[in-house]
Amino acid sequence: MEFAELIKTPRADKVVLHRPFHLAVEGTLCLTGHHLIFSSRRQDNAEELWLLHSNIDSIEKRFVGSLGTIVIRCKDLRIIQLDIPGMEECLNIASSIEVLEDGWSSFLLEQEFELLSSVTNEWRLSCVNKEFSVCPSYPPLAIVPKSIDDEALRKVALFRHGGRFPVLSYYHKKNGMAMMRSSQPLTGTNGRRCKEDEKLINATLRSGRRGFVIDTRPLTVAQQARAKGGGFEQEVHYPQWRRIHKYIERFNILQESFIKLVEACNDQSHNMDRWLSKLEASNWLTHIKELLTAACLAAQCIDREGASVLVHGSEGTDSTLQVTSLAQIILDPRCRTIRGFEALVVREWLQAGHPFQQRCAQSAYSNSKQKWEAPVFLIFLECVWQIHRQFPCSFEFNEHFLILLLEHAYASQFGTFLGNNESERAKLKLPQKTMSLWSWVNRPEELSRFQNPLYEANSLVIWPSVAPQSLQLWEGVFLRWNRPSKFLEEAEEERINIIKYNKELQAKVNALRRQLAEMETDGEMQEAGP
Amino acid sequence: VEQVKLLDRFSTSNKSLTGTLYLTATHLLFIDSSQRETWILHHHIAAVEKLPLTTSGCPLVIQCKNFRIVHFVVPRERDCHDIYNSLLQLSRTAKYEELYAFSYNPKQNESEQVKGWQLIDLAEEYKRMGVPNDYWQLSDANRDYKICETYPRELYVPRTASKPIIVGSSKFRSKGRFPVLSYYHKNKEAAICRCSQPLSGFSARCLEDEHMLQAISKANPSNRYMYVMDTRPKLNAMANRAAGKGYENEDNYSNIRFQFVGIENIHVMRSSLQKLLEVSGTRGLSVNDFLSGLENSGWLRHIKSVLDAAVFLAKAIAVESASVLVHCSDGWDRTSQVCSLGALLLDSYYRTIKGFMVLIEKDWISFGHKFSDRCCQLDGDPKEISPVFTQFLESVWNLTEQFPQAFEYNEAFLLQIHEHVHSCQFGNFLGNCQKEREELKLKEKTYSLWPFLLAEQKKYQNPLYNPDFSPELTLLEPNTVSFNFKFWRNMYHQFDRSMHPRQSMFNLIMNTSEQNKQLEEDIKELEAKIKQRNGRSDVVLVKEQERTAHPAPVALKSSPCFQKEQPPMPVNDAVRAIEGSNTADNRYSELVSEFSKAEPAVVSLEYGVARMTC
Repeated sequence: MEFAELIKTPRADKVVLHRPFHLAVEGTLCLTGHHLIFSSRRQDNAEELWLLHSNIDSIEKRFVGSLGTIVIRCKDLRIIQLDIPGMEECLNIASSIEVLEDGWSSFLLEQEFELLSSVTNEWRLSCVNKEFSVCPSYPPLAIVPKSIDDEALRKVALFRHGGRFPVLSYYHKKNGMAMMRSSQPLTGTNGRRCKEDEKLINATLRSGRRGFVIDTRPLTVAQQARAKGGGFEQEVHYPQWRRIHKYIERFNILQESFIKLVEACNDQSHNMDRWLSKLEASNWLTHIKELLTAACLAAQCIDREGASVLVHGSEGTDSTLQVTSLAQIILDPRCRTIRGFEALVVREWLQAGHPFQQRCAQSAYSNSKQKWEAPVFLIFLECVWQIHRQFPCSFEFNEHFLILLLEHAYASQFGTFLGNNESERAKLKLPQKTMSLWSWVNRPEELSRFQNPLYEANSLVIWPSVAPQSLQLWEGVFLRWNRPSKFLEEAEEERINIIKYNKELQAKVNALRRQLAEMETDGEMQEAGP
Repeated sequence: VEQVKLLDRFSTSNKSLTGTLYLTATHLLFIDSSQRETWILHHHIAAVEKLPLTTSGCPLVIQCKNFRIVHFVVPRERDCHDIYNSLLQLSRTAKYEELYAFSYNPKQNESEQVKGWQLIDLAEEYKRMGVPNDYWQLSDANRDYKICETYPRELYVPRTASKPIIVGSSKFRSKGRFPVLSYYHKNKEAAICRCSQPLSGFSARCLEDEHMLQAISKANPSNRYMYVMDTRPKLNAMANRAAGKGYENEDNYSNIRFQFVGIENIHVMRSSLQKLLEVSGTRGLSVNDFLSGLENSGWLRHIKSVLDAAVFLAKAIAVESASVLVHCSDGWDRTSQVCSLGALLLDSYYRTIKGFMVLIEKDWISFGHKFSDRCCQLDGDPKEISPVFTQFLESVWNLTEQFPQAFEYNEAFLLQIHEHVHSCQFGNFLGNCQKEREELKLKEKTYSLWPFLLAEQKKYQNPLYNPDFSPELTLLEPNTVSFNFKFWRNMYHQFDRSMHPRQSMFNLIMNTSEQNKQLEEDIKELEAKIKQRNGRSDVVLVKEQERTAHPAPVALKSSPCFQKEQPPMPVNDAVRAIEGSNTADNRYSELVSEFSKAEPAVVSLEYGVARMTC
């Protein structure tokens, strides 16, 4: 994958460069694979500006007549302005620069935090994990309550499985409630406690209010975990928290379920009874329903009960992430946009340390049944699809986008899903050695394939139905290769055409109206004239 | 009765709507505090049940034939008892003349009424198929219903079948239903014929019947052999032999290929639906209970077997050019299903709105599917009730899912037909056969459903329909692998709003395509206006007068933006607005008993029953 392929207009003449405290210079602009080059091309003292694409922080387009202006803000805080004659050229250059964004730095926690700090100052960005020393599966940065210092965080990390101390996963702007995630507390059989841990999670509560701990294990499993040093938050030490055990299946059970489902889907000879009983025996849709229910429960606690929530299972790298990310899909309209969803995947899956390398090493046809293989991410995507089916106009992306992510999680020419966590990715130097999936996907021509023509931003919380009658097999994945899909695709195309046509017509009607109105006023002026 | 509560059947929280219940001569009406009305036609009521008294009152559960279930709580037991008794009486009509259709008056004059009945003309339909022709002719044998009471007067038979052969054959067939033409495929010159089972017993034979079948196969010049499809399971057919009935012996008939296809009988279908409804009506259903319930009910298996049979039939005709004779026991249930679905696969005409009406009129109404008995229009034998027609509609729905562009009509059309098969509001589906309908003078006393559906056909159009989807008379080949058959949520949970997607892509597309048409017209109109203006701009003087004749532009001018006239897409917005997206609907909260905060109750029942009745 070369950046150079993405350049639409490699060169533009008669461009005027404005810089603060410099005279405006006219010259030629060139785009190369790595640089934006401006040259005044004057014989006497040729001036040249070389700007690395990776230095570009943001760009802004403006138009006055056919003259376009691009304002480029750089990461070294420099601001330059380019006036480009020709609307089309300007647009091309702007979009070329835009797509040359580096996906590796598209979704940084710093940006997330910036957004957060514009609505609340109760949180801070902590670098306690800078060397991955406190928690190897966390990213270097984490958002934690402001009142908790790094020293306390180190102590809390020792009290949580794998050092995964509670961090902010989602902040509900509507009522200021927070969703946090972590791993299980290491209470062990003798009921260890950690004052800092209690303080940390209590810091998210409003005075007098209670919070909910959603444990994704059944109580018995959580109790058994104590024998191995794990455990759960005990009421005595967390009096303000109510614990809910909402069981979500994990690892090999999911993998088996996955294998059974695929097997059932691949056998065309099944009669109806056998098909239905195999579908049932796979338990797949049960897992989907359970997960959706858990996510809705978390969302309900936050939005309806106005309570903060802490989600964890045992390690906090699988079911925990499923719940927190799905709850955000339900609560946060931003996560239903393409960029927002990408940010969600980066934040809640990649940076949060879901071990993609282990989970997605093999799929449903694997013979080696390794216990760490599991379709955890697939189940998350399927749940998103189920919600998408119930709210087809509320998502900016379409089904293909989900399938794309699924494909790349299992096999990809991009580095995004490689490795098990950020620390591994840093060690492998993936950002330097590989391309990010996002750099490719976010180019306008690719993006258009993944856009949902029905999308209309919906700022509401979307509560899906979890009744078995409302859930369906994800045919786009499981029956993708074993049924003729020509007619369905054609119908989909027709749908898109209808929407497109509608937009064209509306534009035309508006233009005609304008024309007519102009003629009206002209006529009037003429009339007034004589 | 006042202060009645309407409970939502799937909600865990005991939220309810309080309102007033009215009983009219034809409807049960519930008006809630926000003035929303729920109309339930008495004829739609399948069962009324009074549950044991509770603290809040006396619960009354009403099950409808359109799969609506309403749960009222009446504060006083006496009231409840009265309602219960009245409903029992009102929903059980003893005589046809008491049915709603005889009192229903849609404000049509007589000529409109007559025209309405003439809308679907079967003689025209046979002409469209290409009969009469060299091989097939109209027989007047049943002109006075003398040979077969349950057949229509006009029947098409092979030219070579003389009257004695017809009479002889009819005597050898159960209920006199001898083999007649149901569909003629003009390209392949092959025919779908239908009849009832032969009275063959263990060894009886009938030369006239054998001649009749031979005449049918000879009427097909392109293929010598014909198929005889017995749509029953083999075991059932064998059992029938003991009662002097049975199936064709291949040795006695020349050039036939005999085939069982194994669709179960009406009793199996009835209990299958019963089981299906029990499962889908369970509160707090788990996925596995649902799937195993679906499996145990066998419902989808039955749908598949019906569609499989239709595919077999259609292939015999389209691929082998062979004629097919279809029968079951009496030839009015499974035979109707298979013949009509087969024709639907073969002929794209039946995939249009009008064509579908013709198909129902032909294979179901005229050939004597016992609508009255099967849908329990009158208080009768409960063993005669069976969802045979519902299965037909469901099979069609499955086809529309596989071929989204092949059908002119949409799901709402199928649901509306289902609604009216049971509503007894129109005359079409009353009675069991044509003779009975004539005796009831339905054409004078009642109205036909079809013109009403046609008048609002916008609602029933499939926006994705592509008339060129398949060339005329080419076979639609559905994939009948099990995983293609789905639970028809919109049929069985039509009235359970919480289960439906909160945003309907289908409605959106439909409205958009509707709006497109409107916009196209707007453009034409605007272009015309502009042209007019251009023409006029030379003649400035005339303009003043003209403008007074066109007040619209003045309005435009006064508004600063030009959008004033633009349709603000009210329909679209309504579709997109997410109302009733509510946690309490969705039973996530079983674990959290303390979530007792009252949710704003959102149960909306305005959709449905009363659409055509008011």
